[in-house]
Amino acid sequence: MTLCINGADYPMPNDPRTTLLDHMREKLNLTGTKKGCDHGQCGACTVLVDGKRVLSCLQLAQTVRGDVTTIEGLSKNDTLHPMQAAFLEHDAYQCGFCTPGQIMSAVACVSEGHAGSDAEIADWMSGNLCRCAAYPQIRAAIASVAQAEAEG
Amino acid sequence: MHNFDFVKPGTVADAAAALQGDEAQPLGGGQTLIPTMKQRLAAPETLVSLIGIAEMQGVCKTDAGELSIGGATTHATVEAEAASLFPGLAGLAGRIGDPAVRNRGTIGGSLANNDPAACYPAAALATGATIRTDKREIAADDYFQGMFTTALDEGEIIVEVRMPIPEKSNYQKFLQPASRFALTGVFVAKYADGVRVAVTGASEEGVFRWTEAEQALGSNFAADAISGLSVSADGMINDLHGTPEYRAHLVKVLTGRAVMAAA
Repeated sequence: MTLCINGADYPMPNDPRTTLLDHMREKLNLTGTKKGCDHGQCGACTVLVDGKRVLSCLQLAQTVRGDVTTIEGLSKNDTLHPMQAAFLEHDAYQCGFCTPGQIMSAVACVSEGHAGSDAEIADWMSGNLCRCAAYPQIRAAIASVAQAEAEG
Repeated sequence: MHNFDFVKPGTVADAAAALQGDEAQPLGGGQTLIPTMKQRLAAPETLVSLIGIAEMQGVCKTDAGELSIGGATTHATVEAEAASLFPGLAGLAGRIGDPAVRNRGTIGGSLANNDPAACYPAAALATGATIRTDKREIAADDYFQGMFTTALDEGEIIVEVRMPIPEKSNYQKFLQPASRFALTGVFVAKYADGVRVAVTGASEEGVFRWTEAEQALGSNFAADAISGLSVSADGMINDLHGTPEYRAHLVKVLTGRAVMAAA
């Protein structure tokens, strides 16, 4: 059994207790995903599994089925993903600790089609907390990406 | 968390066999059990993952007009697959927690845990659902036995939940915005032979039926049919988010809103 993360295969942990988050951070040198609360309340550890958001702190690595995408897997060579660029453009962070989780969740929010209005974005981003309260800028960044996609 | 033997069966029979041992516990999506284990409030010796069991996945309509939901079906899947068959249930599933929780959390896990503020118990009780386990079938009216307490035996698995599909239904949740659990939630289900009203998040005994409202709505399915009723604050939850009186008030308000929104 292997784990597919950002298109590369990695070994599964032997200890069944190991969460996807701890495995990535401690063993695979994928430290972009952050550990906030470690209890599924803050969303800092959000990654995508087959395009769907999951909390990597609540998922035992041995139960992962599907391709994992983390913040390290978004950019193409030196080109930022449009959501990463939008977070820069809109200054959508202060301390930046929640940002990888916010961006992963934001990518899914747009791909799911849940970025139609400010209120809809707020509702579908509700699992990602930002103690710096950069929420207006985060929503603006997401709206700009959704609008750019809609305009093709 | 403490260590455990991890079993990932592919069938209900294999899962049931693995759960025979002492201190064995089933694992659904892990959105409650994993944090509980991290806090060492639970320390199973054997953990049996149910999410790889194909026969416990998915949503379909039975010949008897019931919605059948596999016990390991996620909230996001129920939201998507029940949307046309049972919109009241899809609406409930789509507002549980947040999107990441809905992508992993399962209906069986929610009903087995029976959190007093969880959403699914209200739907199960309001529809008079049948909880099918690996051993037997349990009627919802017998299943819920108080806060975090159910009729399930140790190691018993919720294989399927069958809900009679109502003519009209709606779930109204007064959101506790930090936890996104129900500060109070009311599910109203209208059938040809009567109305059932189930309340979550309010009582210290967990989910309950508001029978006075069921009788009033049974003869007149309109919000003003319950205008003369009142809900006692006795036994309601008292915490920093709301007093018993506040929750009792919410029960009536949300019931009226659910009747108006029922579809």
